[in-house]
This record gives sequence, C-alpha cells and structure tokens, in this order.
Amino acid sequence: MTQEIIFAGFGGQGILFAGKVVAYAGMNEGKNVSHLPSYGPEMRGGTANCSVIVSDDEVASPVITDPTSLVVMNGPSLDKFEQSVVAGGKIFIDSSLISRDVERSDVEVFKIDATNMAMKMGLPKLANIIMVGKLIKETNLFTYDQVKSAITKMVPASKPELLENNMKAFDTGYNL
Amino acid sequence: MAKVLVKGNEALAEAAIRSGCKLFFGYPITPQTEVSAYMAKKLPKIGGCFLQAESEVSAINMVYGAGGSGKRVMTSSSSPGISLKQEGISYIAGADVPCVIVNIVRGGPGLGGIQPAQSDYFQAVKGGGHGDYHLIVLAPSSIQEMVDLTSLAFNLADEYRMPVMIMGDGMLGQMMEPVEFPEEDEGAVYAEKGWAANGTKMERKHNIINSLYIEAKELEDTILERQKKYDVIVKNEPRCEEMNTEDADIILVAYGTTARIAKTAMMKAREKGIKVGLIRPITLWPFPTENFKKHADGKKKFLCVEMSMGQMVEDVKLAIDCKNSVDFFGRTGGIVPTPNEILNKIDEISGGAF
Repeated sequence: MTQEIIFAGFGGQGILFAGKVVAYAGMNEGKNVSHLPSYGPEMRGGTANCSVIVSDDEVASPVITDPTSLVVMNGPSLDKFEQSVVAGGKIFIDSSLISRDVERSDVEVFKIDATNMAMKMGLPKLANIIMVGKLIKETNLFTYDQVKSAITKMVPASKPELLENNMKAFDTGYNL
Repeated sequence: MAKVLVKGNEALAEAAIRSGCKLFFGYPITPQTEVSAYMAKKLPKIGGCFLQAESEVSAINMVYGAGGSGKRVMTSSSSPGISLKQEGISYIAGADVPCVIVNIVRGGPGLGGIQPAQSDYFQAVKGGGHGDYHLIVLAPSSIQEMVDLTSLAFNLADEYRMPVMIMGDGMLGQMMEPVEFPEEDEGAVYAEKGWAANGTKMERKHNIINSLYIEAKELEDTILERQKKYDVIVKNEPRCEEMNTEDADIILVAYGTTARIAKTAMMKAREKGIKVGLIRPITLWPFPTENFKKHADGKKKFLCVEMSMGQMVEDVKLAIDCKNSVDFFGRTGGIVPTPNEILNKIDEISGGAF
C-alpha cells in the first residue's frame, strides 16, 4: 500500500510540521517514508507545501504528481493542486480560510473549520494538527495510538504543555 | 541504532562528524545551508572547529590547510560556490591533500536558481579547476546513502590522499527520510599520515605541502606518479547499482535524485510490458564502465535521464564504444522530471508500440 499526500498552505501555518507528523508516524511503524518540502524564497505568508509518501515498498520517486490525499489550508493551494488528486482521492480543506467549493465530483471532500476551531481553543498555531487528525481518521493511515506515540516522540520532553496542546488539536480533528 | 527522520543536509553533516570530521569551513548558500548550520551548532560542543569564512575562496583554502595538517576536514556549498572553490580544489589535488567537498547542486549557469539540478556533472568529473587531476565523485540517491557515502568519502580521501566530492542536489539536501547512523568509533585511528605538516617535534624533517614545481620535469614526474593512483582507482573503485538490465530492451541511466524518478518510470514501463532496466552510477568518477561494457551488443538501447542538458551522455557512449544507441531525456534549470515524462520518452524510443 502506498499513500501519497500533499500538504499545502501559507508559510507559518505549520504545513511542513503537519507533513512531518505523518512521515514520523510512518517511520515509527516501520514503513518507508519520504518528506519533500517545497523550498525557495519561502517566508511567513508565502506559500509552502510538502509531499509525504508512506509506503510498504521502497519509495522510488519522492515527487508526487498525483496525490491520493490533499490537505489544503489556503485558497491558492486548492487552485494549484485540486486537479492533480487521483480520482477517488481525498481533499481536506480548511474551510475557515477557503471559501470556494471543490469543483471536482470524483473526489471525497472534507471541510474542516480548522483555523476557527484552533482560535476558539486558544491554540491558533495548531490548526495544522486539527487537519492531521481528520486526515488520519479518514485515511486510516495509522491508528490513534500510533500517531499519539509519534507526536510524543517529536515534542521535546522538556515541554509537556506542547504535547498536551498538540494532542488536544489532534483529538479535535480526529473526533470530528 | 533506531532510525531517525532527518533532512539530507543534516544527515550528511552528522555522518561527517561520526566519520571523524571535526573541522568544517564554509560559506552559506541555498540549498545546502543546513550543512553549515548543523556544523556550527555541533562542532564547538565536541572540541571541533566550525568557521564561516568570508567567502568560498577563503573556505576552500582553510580546507587545504587543515587537510595538510592531516586532519579530516570538509566543506560544502552549492553550484556557484563550488565554482569559486575550483582554484583551491586544483591546489589541493596538486598537493595530494585529502578532504571532502560537498556540492548540493542547484540550477546554473551563473547565479542560476536555487532548485535541484545536476548540471555540474562536467565540472565535477572532467576537471573543474586547471591541470591534470581528478576528484572521486560520489552520487547518493537517498538520505541513507548520503550517510553511507559520506563515511566512504573520508576513507577514500585518506586512502588515496586526494579530494573526494559528494555530489547531491537540492532535493536530496532538503528532503527527509528515515536513516540509521553508524555508531561513532571514538577511538578510531585513521590512516597514518606521515606526510602531514603537523609539527616535527624536532624528531624528523619538515613535511612540505605544496603544488608548485618550477622544474617541468619535476612537475611531470609528480603528475605521472599521481596518474598511477588514478589508474588504481579506475580499476578498483567504480560503484554502481544495476536493476533489471539482463532482459531489458531499454536501459535507463540516471544517478542521484533522477535515478529514483527513473526507477518509478521503469516500474510503470514494466507494468505496460516494456522491458526497461536501470543502471545507476554511484561513482561518477570513476565511471562504472564495466557495467555498461557487458551490454555493448548493439541491441539494447540506452536512455540517459538527467537534470541537465545531457552531460553524462558522452560517458555512456564512451563506455559502450558507441555500439548501442544512446538517447537522452532531461529537464534543467531547477525543473525535476516526472516519471510520466520519462515514460513518454521510453514509449517514443520503443517505437511507440505501446
């Protein structure tokens, strides 16, 4: 099984970190993974994306041309990647920031009011992890415990509040 | 040791430290800056030295000095920075000083761009600087291989007393994959360097590190002597991965990042019933000629895939004495080819039967 996921949005939204959580969980479970960030004159407010592949087989090309899932957190990213998703694939939209609908009818669409929810929870920087929660739930990439174990390992042990907040955000998306 | 998820540039830097490299001199440039940043953070804590030079020219000359003292030393840069280092690289080769030079290639010529490319192939394998010399050039295609080849690079540099280049590209530098690092052997004793200028302790004559020979005969002798070393390397050190070549009608030739994309194209072609194989040079110099020679039958077709305008094509043609056809597909300037683009080219040269 191979899942190819593109995460895209503004710089500063934690797009690369969201991808890293998935890649990290994959590595923890003994899968082959790659995490390829866009790089360039990236800055807060500019666009950012990353391509994450999780596979039982060796990852050959790390470049994703036809993602099985797309997680988008701003309008330009939806414009850029909507057409590339495989037929039957999944698109996860942060509907707080993207007002338009997906034009395609051959994909599954999940609208998550992630940024607004994160603001209300007092965790404005963790809308990305709410999106990851929903992605994991709908794709069955990993179990809840597998992701929890990955996030636990990624967050420095010296900052327990970070772990707690990330898990709160993850739970919110996962239980939607 | 457990696997860790790490960026190519950082993996390479950590691998260098674990290979006994405690000295690093460089100047930042995208997309390789994380190598410098990692060294800046780590080396002062373990008694090493990180120094950001005022320019690439200065950095490579610091490498020359440190290498001349017998220590393991590395510098890294990306294309325009590597061009600036060429004078120093030639001096280091001329003085038979071991060191490791990393080029995380980006689009050129000129300042070019910052996206991945392989257009420094000629510069890396055909000279770059002036004079009769070679670098051993290693081309990793995964983050694990960046780790493994870094360790190999230091060993080869010491064994043959010469500069070794690791040539990656922006994609390998920036992407993350799980890797396993070898444990560092704290007590490792590296090759005895009786030639090093590291203090006589009043017990021996001065060692001199130099690349200047005013007498032509003397210079020719050193070059001929060095050539013997190159002959051994050409015989003993080529490295290569070969996949599905035995029954192949078309053999893809690609290295580094491009080899991974070519691999996907190969698998897609096989699904369609086109017999495609892959030769992936791991050493670009010495070029793995023998892996090509055995296919020089006039039948199999070769297709070079590169992120350049086809700089490796001539080496493939030479390796097979031009007995088979050699086609080329590439993107350049920072554009990474897609598996489907390669597949279209495979379709085209297989006669469009598919």
